[in-house]
Amino acid sequence: MKPSEIHYLSLCGMLGYGYPLDNFKHGINPHVCFIGADNGSTDPGPYYLGSGTGFVKSMQIRRDLEPALLTARKQNIPLIIGSAGGAGAKPHVDSFIKILHDISHQHKLHYRLAIIYSDIDKKQVLDALQQNRLSPCGPAPTLTEKRIHQSSHIVGQMGTEPFIEALEAGAQVIIAGRSCDTAIFSALPVWKGFDPGLALHAAKIAECGALCAVPAGANDSLSVILSENHFIVEPTNPARRCTPESVAAHSMYEQPDPNCFYEPEGKIDMQHSQFTSFGERAVKVSGTRLIPPARDTIKLEAAVLKGYRTISIAGLRDPSAISHLEEIEAGVRDKVAQNTKGIIDPNAYSLHFLRYGLDGVTGPREPLPAPLPREVGLVIESIASTQELADTVLSLARSTALHQPFEGRKTTAGNLAFPFSPSDVSCGPVYEFSIYHLLETQKNQPLFKLCIEEI
Amino acid sequence: MQLYDIARVIRSKNAGPFTLTMDLFFTDITALKKVLNSPAFTSQTISKLYQVRPEEVRIIPFEAILAVKVSLPRFVGSGAPTDRDVYGAQQHFPLGNIEI
Repeated sequence: MKPSEIHYLSLCGMLGYGYPLDNFKHGINPHVCFIGADNGSTDPGPYYLGSGTGFVKSMQIRRDLEPALLTARKQNIPLIIGSAGGAGAKPHVDSFIKILHDISHQHKLHYRLAIIYSDIDKKQVLDALQQNRLSPCGPAPTLTEKRIHQSSHIVGQMGTEPFIEALEAGAQVIIAGRSCDTAIFSALPVWKGFDPGLALHAAKIAECGALCAVPAGANDSLSVILSENHFIVEPTNPARRCTPESVAAHSMYEQPDPNCFYEPEGKIDMQHSQFTSFGERAVKVSGTRLIPPARDTIKLEAAVLKGYRTISIAGLRDPSAISHLEEIEAGVRDKVAQNTKGIIDPNAYSLHFLRYGLDGVTGPREPLPAPLPREVGLVIESIASTQELADTVLSLARSTALHQPFEGRKTTAGNLAFPFSPSDVSCGPVYEFSIYHLLETQKNQPLFKLCIEEI
Repeated sequence: MQLYDIARVIRSKNAGPFTLTMDLFFTDITALKKVLNSPAFTSQTISKLYQVRPEEVRIIPFEAILAVKVSLPRFVGSGAPTDRDVYGAQQHFPLGNIEI
């Protein structure tokens, strides 16, 4: 039988970024019927998906996961975690599962675990490309067969369906690969028969923890109560409160359109959403509706290797050197090219100068400051086809930049202040997002692999 | 007066790896209207500042909470070579320089 309302807790905005344990415990009561947390994002860039590594370290995950797992088991309620390990590909999920196993073993926990993998077979993506079932999600670059082959891990952002399948299988802990943030928090309510429009809107707010509150707190818990015609959000930390403005403002966070957002379940239309105060610290939301999609889609993500990076950081204080930085940069490029002629293919590397204090952040989109600043921070970067080549090019560029002459130079012993020795840092592989496309799915072609394990 | 000084909140962030979205919040409707009606705050002017095509700039007001959203394509994909701001969290300039 469908309950009249459903109460759940969002642990924090990002599992691993830390949250105050007291505020989490404060949010736990016998009415709470599941705990959810998001563990991933594309925000930290393509490197993590491409390389299969996490942007949050194991110790951080363990610290945040342990109390949530112990509490969920003690209360006998599901713990649902999406985008496990960061980017949600198999290496990320497996490293997360290892931590989960360790904690479970240590505390002698027994439960049914569902692992949902989000890795999409390249063959399926290639077929979809041929059959015109792939479309760029926003201004993503054109996709080719070559780009698909080059991509290291292709993941699909799962919606509520695979989570519901895991719940139906009796899972008490669900660890999912790449997931729509909303699926983590809306799957159980949708499964129980609650309105998907409201459930998805509530989930969109819940996935960031108490970021929708005042003061905003991404690393803090949020309580959600979903009913037939509305939902109520309230931060568990008594020092925070939700206001209609703060919750409405959060609804448009990280989305290109303030009136709606899109999920595999359809378009979540917020044009008629009402946000009203509920008591001192809670906000009640109603009027959101789901418009089912014309075609079923899943968003795919992938990254390709672009080379290897080496950087050097230096400061400039000499006014003349600061005002001649462009000339210095051009001179360095020239000398590196001359010096490596016949030895290094000029197409095998690139050199970049990032000039903090001048235009490091916004680049050519803003004029240079006038007057020029007293100091400038310089990052010299090389990207090349191998790490050794990137190191070599950077080493040459760095020593050249130190001694590069320019018009009216007084600082003839050196242009740059290097804070560190060694001055050069090998940064490893550089990736770029290659796939950010909607895949039109086909009936009877499951994309996400569900594994059930008895712990 | 510059847009940065008029806005109560002005923030930028990625909306996916290829789109930049900027939210502006104001303290009252007069300030919001003044910005929305300004000839300096149009897809045309913003497209020039961000070196994109005018049709790629979306300006979407959300008057109920005294806000307006500006979304446009990123200069380069997040975290790709030559990107300067992986999270897109400091790209609300040059927008903030607009003289209203």
